[in-house]
Amino acid sequence: MKRFFLWLPLAMFALFLVVVAGKLRQPGDATIRSHMIGKAIHEFALQPAVPGRAGLSASDLRAGRPRLINVFASWCIPCRAEAAQLEALKRRGVPIDGIAIRDRPEDVAAFLRENGDPFDRLGADPRSQVQFALGSSGVPETFLVDGRGIIRLQHIGDIRPEEVGEIYAAWERAK
Amino acid sequence: MMAETGLAALWLAAALSLLQLVLGAMALRPSPAADGEAEALSRAIRPVAVAQALLVGLAFLLLIQLFLRTDLSVELVAANSHSLKPWLYKFAGAWGNHEGSMLLWVSVLALAGAAVALFERRLPERTLIATLAAQAAIGLGFYVFLLFASNPFRRLDPPPVEGNGLNPLLQDPGLAFHPPTLYFGYVGVSIGFSFAVGALVTRNVGPAFARAMRPWILGAWIFLTLGITAGSYWAYYELGWGGWWFWDPVENASLMPWLATTALLHSVTVLATRDSLRAWTVMLAVVAFSMSMVGTFLVRSGILTSVHAFAVDPRRGAFILVLLALYIGGALALFGARVGTVKEGTTFEPVSREGALVLNNLLLTVLLGLVLIGTLYPLATEAMGVKVSVGPPYFNAVAGPVALALVVAMAVGPVLRWRRDRLKEAARRLAIPLAVTALALVLVLALAPRLSVLELLGLVLASGVGVASLAPLWGRNLRRTPLFTWGMVVSHFGIAVSLAGMASNAAFTQERLVAARPGETLMVGPYAIRFDSVQPVVGPNWTAIEGQLTARRGSHDPFVLRPQSRAFFTPPTETSEAAIATRFDGQLYTVIGKSDAAGRWQLRLWWKPFVTLIWLGGAMVAFGGFLALIGRVRRARRARDREEAWA
Repeated sequence: MKRFFLWLPLAMFALFLVVVAGKLRQPGDATIRSHMIGKAIHEFALQPAVPGRAGLSASDLRAGRPRLINVFASWCIPCRAEAAQLEALKRRGVPIDGIAIRDRPEDVAAFLRENGDPFDRLGADPRSQVQFALGSSGVPETFLVDGRGIIRLQHIGDIRPEEVGEIYAAWERAK
Repeated sequence: MMAETGLAALWLAAALSLLQLVLGAMALRPSPAADGEAEALSRAIRPVAVAQALLVGLAFLLLIQLFLRTDLSVELVAANSHSLKPWLYKFAGAWGNHEGSMLLWVSVLALAGAAVALFERRLPERTLIATLAAQAAIGLGFYVFLLFASNPFRRLDPPPVEGNGLNPLLQDPGLAFHPPTLYFGYVGVSIGFSFAVGALVTRNVGPAFARAMRPWILGAWIFLTLGITAGSYWAYYELGWGGWWFWDPVENASLMPWLATTALLHSVTVLATRDSLRAWTVMLAVVAFSMSMVGTFLVRSGILTSVHAFAVDPRRGAFILVLLALYIGGALALFGARVGTVKEGTTFEPVSREGALVLNNLLLTVLLGLVLIGTLYPLATEAMGVKVSVGPPYFNAVAGPVALALVVAMAVGPVLRWRRDRLKEAARRLAIPLAVTALALVLVLALAPRLSVLELLGLVLASGVGVASLAPLWGRNLRRTPLFTWGMVVSHFGIAVSLAGMASNAAFTQERLVAARPGETLMVGPYAIRFDSVQPVVGPNWTAIEGQLTARRGSHDPFVLRPQSRAFFTPPTETSEAAIATRFDGQLYTVIGKSDAAGRWQLRLWWKPFVTLIWLGGAMVAFGGFLALIGRVRRARRARDREEAWA
């Protein structure tokens, strides 16, 4: 029995070699795509991120019209850069809801005062639970959900000015 | 011409390392008839090791010279340097890239081998030969890697007009210092590995082996400690995120060998003094080197993404993987086959100095395992098709409590007696530290009642352990206390100092992230900071936006901070240069970011009370190791002189 233990380190190391050698043959892709694209969103109900606003729940996303969900945070600097593009989409008639990740109400309120407020509903996700359920791994990310609550598109990172048209077209198609 | 000379020197050094390996193997061959022959072979092995070091050292100096001249006909220089770069970065740029850093690695390895050949007198001759042969085997693998897969001297024809420049994050005086320090540490660990292999081959594991190995381990550990401390400070001020440890794979790659080496340092002491823990010490020596190799591999192969992955190439990854399989697999197989034949030494009671050191070793190993699991976990899950990222929430939650337990063991261990002790007496010896701990608990609870458990324990234990770490000096004649005891006390005290800095930073840091217009005044910690203005500035190879902030604390004189957001032209990259003001009770850390259309600038301001203690403590830990090293070497020399006087 004791003999066996002496070979254990070697066995563990061999296992490590196998996994790593397999990994070397197929170098990874650093972006994390949601597994949820094409699937219906899970049930959730979020408290409002700012007192007095409407919170966000899964049923709001099945109301018959496609909408964008913007996953953001007041502490996230690219989210500030993206604000103007969200405004532009809003002006073109795209309804947008927001989910504030790991945030404080007063910080979210200040963020909206400074950077504009394109959101119809605004949920707070203090522990990233809904964020992870959507298949999002960071901020900002934007999801297009069609009128039946099915995720059609995931946009990772801030929306650049040149990407507004693309996202608008996807929203049109989802109608 | 210079590049060709360098390449020739590298080939010769590789040939000599092969010779060193063959000589060692032949000298150790079990053939009693050829005794005189074995002796002749073993006399040749030392000069070969020295010559090999001289040649590879020459190759490295030539590479530095090529960088200083910006010889663009050499591919490596063209890819990583630029004629406009300040000279210090041309110099340090020689190892700020994959090929150069591998050449530095193998140079240090050969220098260390030469040092063993020249200065090691205590090891039995056969074990020394086996050690040098093992060292040559490691070197040989890296020579092959350099010569066939990452030749630093390759020419470029025709030469380009200008070079690509160096990654701007690396254009920092810290770079001249940080990688060589860590490499000295890693390579020192490889000597411990070679000693262990040598001892396994010749079946000679005992106190003499431990005493011979200890100074090398101690030296490696000092460099690792310095390298980690310096690296942590570099990340803190250069990355501009205000954190001092990110649990990034590269940081873990340096932390894991440090944990293993720390454990080894303590177990080797038990082996040297009490002749216990034989197999365990050998295992730790193998693990420590394995960790530094695995770390290098993970980072260089690009298998794990990291902010530090400056030189990533999967093909090279495959090469290093083969080396890993040979060395670590070989050593572990040797361990499995041979260690059963190593007799266990003396035994001891659980409550004793040995008992505390075993506890220390177990906790360090658990910590090492937790860090290793956290680092490899994303790899394992990705092999099953799920992407995860393991970050500070995991590491802090699992490593924090173990580290705190370790600190307690560190405080108690040194006051216990060897072999057997009584708990009651030990508690009496620790009465003052226990009282200090209780007092600190009351004070912290009263003054700062809203801390998390880890922060609270960190602050309280730092004070108690700080006092306890001085306990081995009480009641002793301080002038007759051996230097290595002083070293232990200083190192342990340094850990407490560092812990105090970490806990204070975690518990009391204040952060402001704001978008401000020039003219606004912001409060952070005890400071009122006025955002005066923004102006463009120009450096040798960058332009920057520089903010001017005037900070004032109460009625003290105000002072100016100038954080920059730099844009480098070659290669085009942006970095943020934090402006940091250090006071005795903490640091004010300021970063400027982008502006928005409305003329507001992103400012991040932190007040970090006593954060500098983290690195001050790290430096003290290393300094304690240095004292211990001098103490050990001096005592060994005195013992040898006495022997020679008798003879």
